Amino acid sequence: MAHTLFDRIWQTHLVAAPGTGSSLIAVDRVFLHERTGAAALRRMAELGRPVLDPARVFAVMDHIVDTRSGRGDGTLMPGGEGFITETRAACAAAGITLFDVNDRDQGIVHVISPELGIVLPGTTLVAPDSHTCTQGAFGAFAWGIGSSEAEHAMATGTLRLSKPAQMRVRFHGTLAPAVTAKDMALHLIAHCGTGGGKGHVVEFAGDAVSALDMEARMTLCNMATEFSAISALVAPDAKTFAYLAGRRYAPADFDGPYWQTLATDAAAVFDAEVAIDAGTIAPMVSWGTSPEQAVPVHGTVPQGPQRAHDYIGMAAGQRLQGTAIDAAFIGSCTNSRLSDLRRAAAIVEGRRIAPGIRKALVVPGSMAVKRAAEAEGLDKVFEAAGFEWRMSGCSLCFYAGGEGFPDGARVISSTNRNFEGRQGPGIRTHIASPETVAASALAGAIADPRKVLAS
Amino acid sequence: MKPVSTITSPAVPLLRDNIDTDTIIPSREMTTTGRTGLADGLFAAWRYTDAAARVRDPSFVLNQRDAIGTRLLLGGRNFGCGSSREHAVWALVEFGIEAIIAPSFAPIFKANCLRNGLVPIELPEDVVRSLQWAMVTIDLASQTVSAGERSWHFGIAPEAKQMMLEGLDAIDLTLKARRAIAHWLARDRKARPWIYPGDAR
Repeated sequence: MAHTLFDRIWQTHLVAAPGTGSSLIAVDRVFLHERTGAAALRRMAELGRPVLDPARVFAVMDHIVDTRSGRGDGTLMPGGEGFITETRAACAAAGITLFDVNDRDQGIVHVISPELGIVLPGTTLVAPDSHTCTQGAFGAFAWGIGSSEAEHAMATGTLRLSKPAQMRVRFHGTLAPAVTAKDMALHLIAHCGTGGGKGHVVEFAGDAVSALDMEARMTLCNMATEFSAISALVAPDAKTFAYLAGRRYAPADFDGPYWQTLATDAAAVFDAEVAIDAGTIAPMVSWGTSPEQAVPVHGTVPQGPQRAHDYIGMAAGQRLQGTAIDAAFIGSCTNSRLSDLRRAAAIVEGRRIAPGIRKALVVPGSMAVKRAAEAEGLDKVFEAAGFEWRMSGCSLCFYAGGEGFPDGARVISSTNRNFEGRQGPGIRTHIASPETVAASALAGAIADPRKVLAS
Repeated sequence: MKPVSTITSPAVPLLRDNIDTDTIIPSREMTTTGRTGLADGLFAAWRYTDAAARVRDPSFVLNQRDAIGTRLLLGGRNFGCGSSREHAVWALVEFGIEAIIAPSFAPIFKANCLRNGLVPIELPEDVVRSLQWAMVTIDLASQTVSAGERSWHFGIAPEAKQMMLEGLDAIDLTLKARRAIAHWLARDRKARPWIYPGDAR
């Protein structure tokens, strides 16, 4: 019988089927962050439940850490320091490897996990963070869970799951210049709706996916949670193995026959299939308060829910391009890796952001990304253009009560969520690729990156 | 988890699509690492005209007289999307919500509901709309929602249902399979040694 990659991962991780309708699935890796991890560890300690294998649990400070240089445990978020100090103490007590605030490997969980080779093809990885699906780019089953499930995974090395349905999304053809994995994700969600992937594990396939580098595949898989999928994955290939080989927690090579078995059979049948011509995708930008409310950057606002129009302050028929913005943000687990920063820097190099921009941030996804970018002089390019260059972290992808954008700001952002209030009360977010954010920051208004690149 | 029994309550409508967990409990309302003290921050951006001073917005549905003491919310499509924060479920439960009926739920939110005795019920959109402010009874054992003469069956994973009815803890249940887990791990250590960094130390 033909199998999918997901079938194979499921089968190899099946510990028991207790006969109650769920399966006990082994979890290879747990990754915690200070925002939700401390809660899980604290409760386990209170209940006297030990971590089964601390060597396979990792933690990082990324969500509420300060991103200004010279940072310590202090954070602008009220009460934020407690999350950091409690996480540190709980990790030490449980014997969990922690990438601390000023560790040279610190960064956003879904950026550093691949950098360190913690996620590997064919593995199961969970984190109490919805964007864990990002790591499916490496051919792993990686998914976001709540605190209770994190406790379960740490205490038992397993989770109780019903096998999810499977969907394949094939992108065929070639992306146009200045169109990226971010635009593929936004196009898919706009096309199928935020419920489109509901409850499925999505395999991204097709020549346009194979053509993506690993960082772009992470961007594509990152927004599977915005598609209501449990997770997403891309079958590993030579790019995957080359990326991971020799990293700290990864094997030195991937030469054995096992690695070649991590594939979907040609005859495998999915519960649902979607096919998209990658050549038809344009740079996308969201107009509303849900990621499904996104259109090509040269397009106009369609009629949507009135509440979304009211919150974002844009009427149906209005052009996106030329809409004045107050702030720009490049960062997040979606788009903060070296290739993202290089592409954005190529647009702003030798130019200045518009005078109307009141806050413009570049927040590298990890300290390793930051060092690599600085070695290429990207920090200087961004600073010369008028951006602030920060330490790594989740930063203003979401508002935690500390640092914020100017009141009522309209923000163009390389992040993943444009929800009401996500980046602060009353803040109006337009999500787009780093290229589109960079081009818009220069124009002081939503702008088409293809025009800047052509000029 | 407290065992779930029959729930009877007026159904308070919050019928917007894509209500996300940042909206259910904003990040700035999560000020401790505990699971309690969250009800006050539930829907803070919508519930208060001034969240810091806790000045209530009388137009928000949960502030209306008929919603006081409700145990049941009606939601829109893709309810609970966004962040995986279980705090959203803890805040709803602490506020007194015991069930949510919506056309669909985001997967992580739904899983979090099941682990905390908050019953997530999927019914077609027109049915959800028809239940606004109705006195609704939910019987988890028979998987039935009823309002007056009308009733509907809903689906739920059998194991999760049993655990909610009996108030079972998932970890306690899984730890009964300790031997199967140890056996699997012993075999996997040989098959995939690269998974176990602790062994190399």
